[in-house]
Amino acid sequence: MATLSAWQERLEATALAPVSRTGARFWALVGVEVAVLGWGLYAYSVQLRDGLVVTGMRDRISWGLYIATFVFFIGISHAGTLISAILRVSQARWRTPVTRIAEFITVVALICGASFVIIDLGRPDRVLFVFAYGRWQSPIIWDVLAITTYLTGSIVYLFVPMIPDLALFRDRLTGRTSRWRAWLYRTLAIGWNGNVAQRRSLIAAIGMLMILIIPIAVSVHTVVSWIFAMTLRVPWNSALFGAFFVAGAIFSGIAILIIVMAILRRVYRLHEYVTAKQFIYLGYLLAAFAAIMIYANISELLIHGYKLEEGAGFHLRQLFLAEFAPLFWFYLIGGLIAPIVIVLLPATRTVAGVVVASILVTVAMWIERYVIVVSGLRVPLMPYESADYAPTWVEWSIFAGGLALFALLITLFTKVFPIIAVWEVAEDHNAAVTSPAPTYAAVLDIAADSAGGSS
Amino acid sequence: MEEKKGQDVPGLPDVGLSRRRVLLSLVAPGMDRPPAQSGEGQGGEGLPAEAATPEAPPRALGGKIGRRRLLRMVGLGALAIAPMPILPELIRSAVAQPAEPPRGRRDPARTRDGRIRQWTMIIDLRSCDGCQGVGGPPRCTTACVEGHLAPEPMEWIQVFEEELPGGGTRFVPTPCMQCQNPPCNNVCPVGATFSTPEGTVLIDQDRCIGCRICMAACPYDRRFFNWGEPPTPPQARLADYSPEHQVPARKGTVMKCDFCPDMARAGTLPYCVQGCPNQAIYYGDLEEDVATNGRVVVAASRFLAENDAFQLKDELGTEPRVYYIPGHGEAVGRDAFSRGRAPTEWPWTEVSEGSVTWQR
Repeated sequence: MATLSAWQERLEATALAPVSRTGARFWALVGVEVAVLGWGLYAYSVQLRDGLVVTGMRDRISWGLYIATFVFFIGISHAGTLISAILRVSQARWRTPVTRIAEFITVVALICGASFVIIDLGRPDRVLFVFAYGRWQSPIIWDVLAITTYLTGSIVYLFVPMIPDLALFRDRLTGRTSRWRAWLYRTLAIGWNGNVAQRRSLIAAIGMLMILIIPIAVSVHTVVSWIFAMTLRVPWNSALFGAFFVAGAIFSGIAILIIVMAILRRVYRLHEYVTAKQFIYLGYLLAAFAAIMIYANISELLIHGYKLEEGAGFHLRQLFLAEFAPLFWFYLIGGLIAPIVIVLLPATRTVAGVVVASILVTVAMWIERYVIVVSGLRVPLMPYESADYAPTWVEWSIFAGGLALFALLITLFTKVFPIIAVWEVAEDHNAAVTSPAPTYAAVLDIAADSAGGSS
Repeated sequence: MEEKKGQDVPGLPDVGLSRRRVLLSLVAPGMDRPPAQSGEGQGGEGLPAEAATPEAPPRALGGKIGRRRLLRMVGLGALAIAPMPILPELIRSAVAQPAEPPRGRRDPARTRDGRIRQWTMIIDLRSCDGCQGVGGPPRCTTACVEGHLAPEPMEWIQVFEEELPGGGTRFVPTPCMQCQNPPCNNVCPVGATFSTPEGTVLIDQDRCIGCRICMAACPYDRRFFNWGEPPTPPQARLADYSPEHQVPARKGTVMKCDFCPDMARAGTLPYCVQGCPNQAIYYGDLEEDVATNGRVVVAASRFLAENDAFQLKDELGTEPRVYYIPGHGEAVGRDAFSRGRAPTEWPWTEVSEGSVTWQR
């Protein structure tokens, strides 16, 4: 028992460390992020002044980088749902140290994604018209509904399991930290003292939420795909689109989670809790979803390519041979095949390997969104020369600003809120110590530990 | 499942209780049962209800509290949802301009016996040579641009040169098809683009939020966006705006051919019909079955049937109101192999201050 409490103390100390100590490097990072965000805001002010004419978009390719980034961010937001809800439902114990990070990525990615839709509007001053005059016939309204529901649900789903940890912060930090922090933790902990009734309510609430959030998450990326699939355009004309987008969303969500996990683990020295096991398991998930994506791509491209309806020939040509060929081939090989190879080969199945695979997947999935949006619009509808699109400096700047906002929100979050689900980790640890029954999952754990043991 | 429930807690309305138990055991097997059992949870379905029964007493208490709390939650939830129906109205009153923008005419145009007119356009491709005969840019486009003060580079009626299957080309003047199943109309999130009783599709530029999903949805490439401050002549500022008369153009909104119903009601033919030197474009009313190119009047249905009329991309099910008579300008002496037409010009791009032009 003595060792257990020592273990618990060490866990709490690790969880508290980011909040209590802040170095110069942190402020340097925040400075860089704020600078990039500021540059993006400047670019947006230019766009507000002159209109969307400062972008590369025109009548024939009327959506571009912004909409691609919107789809990408909404995809990333599936990190939280997958890890916390799906793995919670399937009772995968190894997930506990990474849930908090995953859930926060969800919330931040949704905020960033939604802002890119507003950035893309020709009349952002009229954005409230969506609520005032909204029509249920429009896929955009489905999106507004799904994304606001998902954002609300994700914030609740981030907050509720965090209550005991906020109470821990309140108890440990009162008197040792600034007044606004003490006030924040006291308010957010909503009187948690860990008694039986409270625990029971908490667990019931989490159970309800994790089941509710899964269909919401699936619906979100399905209706995002319907923005495209509901139009009369050959490359987007696919009943598979919803499922394809959801799979891609979870795929990129896992990848971004692995990257953020690796960074936070290094910066805040979480090696004891976020171990090679978490990386290897998430790597397996990544490989599984890469396989699903390969399947979806084959099914999608083969059906178009076999029949070669009007426009399909043009589309496949621009994907495989012409304008989009470098991007598309990178996506297929670097983003779908390479991650599987990296994760499946024992030599590369390490933390570093999985992180490299995740970076490849993240870049490739952004490229995929970009190619879907732009190539879909590029197929000529009437007898005209197909248009071309290249993002301008304004678009790239706003894009960089969006990424900076994503990074900034996560950076600041780690300084205010517990990045490890302390109580859940402790509970799992206790359960493992008191009942070391050799389950199938435990055997898998051992296999993964030995596989990734070197790092 | 139901029999089991009855056995556990006889005679109790325990739906909430057992659901709660299911949830509990699903979520955290390690919390409400001895830890040794927690490993079994992997299977998922089946075990919950029975597995939790031995610990009935404390749970029963929890169930009672839960029910009361549930009632409170339902009450609060109802309070939160109650204002939802009036929420759009509240936001509308907050964002709307003092006067509601004109949404087309309140009274549709009618025939003399009171039936609503159904505007249509018939384009006789036999008489269209892309204005190769008269020289210069297509006159229909020029007339439209000058009549509507359309910003560069918008060609609301655009003359495409289409390859013919056996070689050679034909010219296809293409206005908005005024679909009866308009894909653009369906996808608009705010109802800025809408169908009128007369069968035309209009855009309210005071409502449009510039999301451009209608441009993605239109299969005819007939929608145009004001990417910047639209280049229009100074006199456009004096015009009285309405969705039927989209002057002056507004930055950040979508525009297109409005089918000139305001002109038809005033007894004038649309600019493109007036502008065509070969009288290739007929405008009319399907309800009264009449159409004219300004020189002759035809019975629309008979004219369409006898000349093998077709619609653009009718296989998409958009049901256009614009019909074509097949041809390649032979009636005005055009050779199918004489290619090319002059580009359209916008006379006011230089006089319009503070505006920028862009490529299509």
